[in-house]
Amino acid sequence: MLIETTGLTKAFGGLTAVDDVDVGIEEGKITAIIGPNGAGKSTLFNVISGFHSSTNGKITFNGEDITKKKAFNIAKLGIARTFQTTNLFEQATVMDNVVIGHRLRTKSGVFDALLQTPRLKREERACREKAEEVLTFVGLQKESDRLVSDISQEAKKRAAFAVALATDPKIVFLDEPAAGVNPEETGGLVALMRKMVNNGLTVCLIEHKMQMIMELADHIVVLNQGKKIAEGTPEEIQNNDTVIQAYLGGGEEAADAH
Amino acid sequence: MSMIKRNRIALIFLLVALMAPLFTDNQYYLYIVTLSFIWTIAVYGMNLIGGYTGQLSLAHAGFFAIGAYSLGLLTVDANVPYWFAFVLACLITTVVGFFVGLIALRTKEHFFAIYTLCVGYIIYLVIYQWDELTGGVRGLIGVPPPSPIGPISFESAESNYYLVLAFLVLVFVFMKFLTESLIGRTYVAIRNSEELAQTIGINTMRQKLVSFVISTFLAGLAGALYASFVRFLGPEISYTMTTFDMLTYLIVGGIGTLYGPLVGTFLIVTITQSLQFMEEYRMLIFGPLLVFLVIFYPRGIVGGIQMWKAKRQFKKRQKMKRTSSTSTHEGGD
Amino acid sequence: MDVLAQQLFNGLTIGSVYSLVALGLTLVYGILHIPNFAHGALYMVGGYVTLMTMTTLGLPYFVAMFMSILVVGGIAVLMERLVFHQLRHSPPIHDKIAAIGLLLFLETLVQLIWGADYRSMTTPFDDIVSFLGITVTTQRILIVVAAVLVMIALHLFLKKTMIGAAIIAMSQNREGAFLQGINANRVAMLTFFISGGLAAIAASISSPINLVYPGMGHLVILKAFVIIIIGGMGSVPGAIIGGYILGFSESLGATFISSDYSDIIAFVLLVAILTVKPQGLFAKGAH
Ligand SMILES: Nc1ncnc2c1ncn2[C@@H]1O[C@H](COP(=O)(O)OP(=O)(O)O)[C@@H](O)[C@H]1O
Ligand SMILES: [Mg+2]
Repeated sequence: MLIETTGLTKAFGGLTAVDDVDVGIEEGKITAIIGPNGAGKSTLFNVISGFHSSTNGKITFNGEDITKKKAFNIAKLGIARTFQTTNLFEQATVMDNVVIGHRLRTKSGVFDALLQTPRLKREERACREKAEEVLTFVGLQKESDRLVSDISQEAKKRAAFAVALATDPKIVFLDEPAAGVNPEETGGLVALMRKMVNNGLTVCLIEHKMQMIMELADHIVVLNQGKKIAEGTPEEIQNNDTVIQAYLGGGEEAADAH
Repeated sequence: MSMIKRNRIALIFLLVALMAPLFTDNQYYLYIVTLSFIWTIAVYGMNLIGGYTGQLSLAHAGFFAIGAYSLGLLTVDANVPYWFAFVLACLITTVVGFFVGLIALRTKEHFFAIYTLCVGYIIYLVIYQWDELTGGVRGLIGVPPPSPIGPISFESAESNYYLVLAFLVLVFVFMKFLTESLIGRTYVAIRNSEELAQTIGINTMRQKLVSFVISTFLAGLAGALYASFVRFLGPEISYTMTTFDMLTYLIVGGIGTLYGPLVGTFLIVTITQSLQFMEEYRMLIFGPLLVFLVIFYPRGIVGGIQMWKAKRQFKKRQKMKRTSSTSTHEGGD
Repeated sequence: MDVLAQQLFNGLTIGSVYSLVALGLTLVYGILHIPNFAHGALYMVGGYVTLMTMTTLGLPYFVAMFMSILVVGGIAVLMERLVFHQLRHSPPIHDKIAAIGLLLFLETLVQLIWGADYRSMTTPFDDIVSFLGITVTTQRILIVVAAVLVMIALHLFLKKTMIGAAIIAMSQNREGAFLQGINANRVAMLTFFISGGLAAIAASISSPINLVYPGMGHLVILKAFVIIIIGGMGSVPGAIIGGYILGFSESLGATFISSDYSDIIAFVLLVAILTVKPQGLFAKGAH
């Protein structure tokens, strides 16, 4: 397992948003986290990526305990993520947003800027090249000079992927990557996620679009009210009684309504 | 060649600044312009932490005063050699800045603004009340001018002007290098979203601290220059109103722009000084001006010009695209 | 014992004024998330309007106070409409700068109209009374009584009226309240009016024991910020409790430590609190 949580718990005051959750994310696979709104999916991401500290439990990455690590250190280890609402900077170009994604792999500081050292020049070039590479990867090379506010919702999602990819991650956590994107464009995002995995990345995503999950995911984890209620292959989940009752019971509509 | 072309505005400014004393014998004008250069350095400090890194610090008059009073006290009371005192003054401010930043930067947004406002006020109260050390309301009199460096002495208005100009040029170049580099981009990323910056592996606390420390260093440097230029210090330089003045220069010129501090400070300092009646009532105009700018031109004069230029270029490109597409169309026919 | 009682009563008086100012600040913060740096200027204008109505128009104290509430409340509403409303989609740094601009403007305007002199305000409440071993002017008793009455009235307004409930709802969840058909604009304007009115009352009752001058709001606003950080930004009870905590700390500090540095207590308190808890004492759900 690339990432493993044991007994992971996160409480906000009286509310236990993530409750004693054990999940394992296998390297090179697509793992999906599903569950109704408020199930604690985003919170699970937030805790794993070091954004929130856990109340209890343990998280390991490649066997290393990362439970207490800060968000920026976790990113340096190779764990990247996107947010449910893409929080790119709208008034800057796509390129400018992505370029900084590689900053964590550079070492230059204020003195490099003051003395205009070769290291700074080299690293600035590296960041740019990295940005061009990932923008090409996600298919945004043509949009790279446009303002984020001028591009479509789907392109914004791709740009957010690009920022995450620019950090040179081993695993990416995608929080509702297809939300707010119309059904015709979802296919492109699915293909992109497949492409990431084919390139050796591990993908973990939260999604409500059931059809998409069923055809994309290798492994599904179902959360409800903070607890893990089931996990398995798409077939297993589709036939799991607990899941059907708690979540799929209402059919596609209920799931998509969120 | 291209370097000259790219920096032609800066070079024109520099040329004008270098020649200015040749065209006027009026010592008073020179005095005002020198003063505006000193404030510009402090405003650059405020710009770095506020404009680029996104943390509005309202303690900068306090840091300015720490630099000024350190130099004053070291030279007047402790008889430390001038340039040594000068370096120490900058150092003291920077160290205080480091410790204030260490704590203040853990707070966010409004809390940071309020916290620094209070820190600024504490600095003011200490200077005001601790009169055995600082002279309190009476102030600190007789700060010496900079002592000669080799054959160059700093007695005349011209020599002081060029000294301050030299520091300003250094600061400008530093700011240009810094803000246009990857490091500057890192600060901007923090301004845009601290959350996102963290998730892409930026140690935001550390970056903010470095930015804050540099900004207090610049305030201290400006303060030290001020002390030996004006040669009298009173507690009012550390008062909140001084921070607000600096903020006004910054907003008018353009917060988060490289030229903003230069343009804003020069314009406002010279305008208020040349219209003496404005000294007392300047805020009757500048107060509403701040509000107006923040609503309509949040990036001030320089930001406004940049936007106008960008729009013009965009239109030009659109036009070119259109003509080229129609011509290919015709060619196809 | 007498000294202590006297100082405690002093603390009660100062605390009452602080609480009223902090209440206005916290209400606006709760609704719009604006730290209104111009609130101190509203306080100052409140002091002047009351004083000038009494001296130039010769109207009685309470009528002047009423005028002051209307004028300052009106200015506050204008601020909301002309400035903060325009900035509602801007980055938070803009609100702060605009508030500072307003503060500078109001202060200079008052100085232009009425000059920079320190003025005293005389009211009919200058009798001296003694009870429980302490001696105070009736003005100080008026301060305490008026402040408590205003707080009770505010409490009833927020709890018992529709629009008051809307203010509370909006301070808890802006989007949600908006969805449920609360007219966000009206609520914002009303909140600013109340905030200005509270500042005017605070200035009108405290000016007779202090002085009226253009910079009279500086320290008060800084302290009000300290108070709402102590009490939780946006919290109504927090502002009241914080106000009295600061009032008592200052009056006791002035007696037992040094009166030169009594003003610094608030800021040291703030620095200490934010050092330990950078998100403020009550980071979330302080309502
Ligand atoms: N920062 C927070 N503070 C308090 N409660 C939170 C916070 N983040 C999430 N929650 C609560 O935790 C629960 C789970 O939320 P979330 O993880 O966002 O759900 P999901 O992503 O599955 O829809 C919700 O009840 C939500 O209100
Ligand atoms: Mg979610």
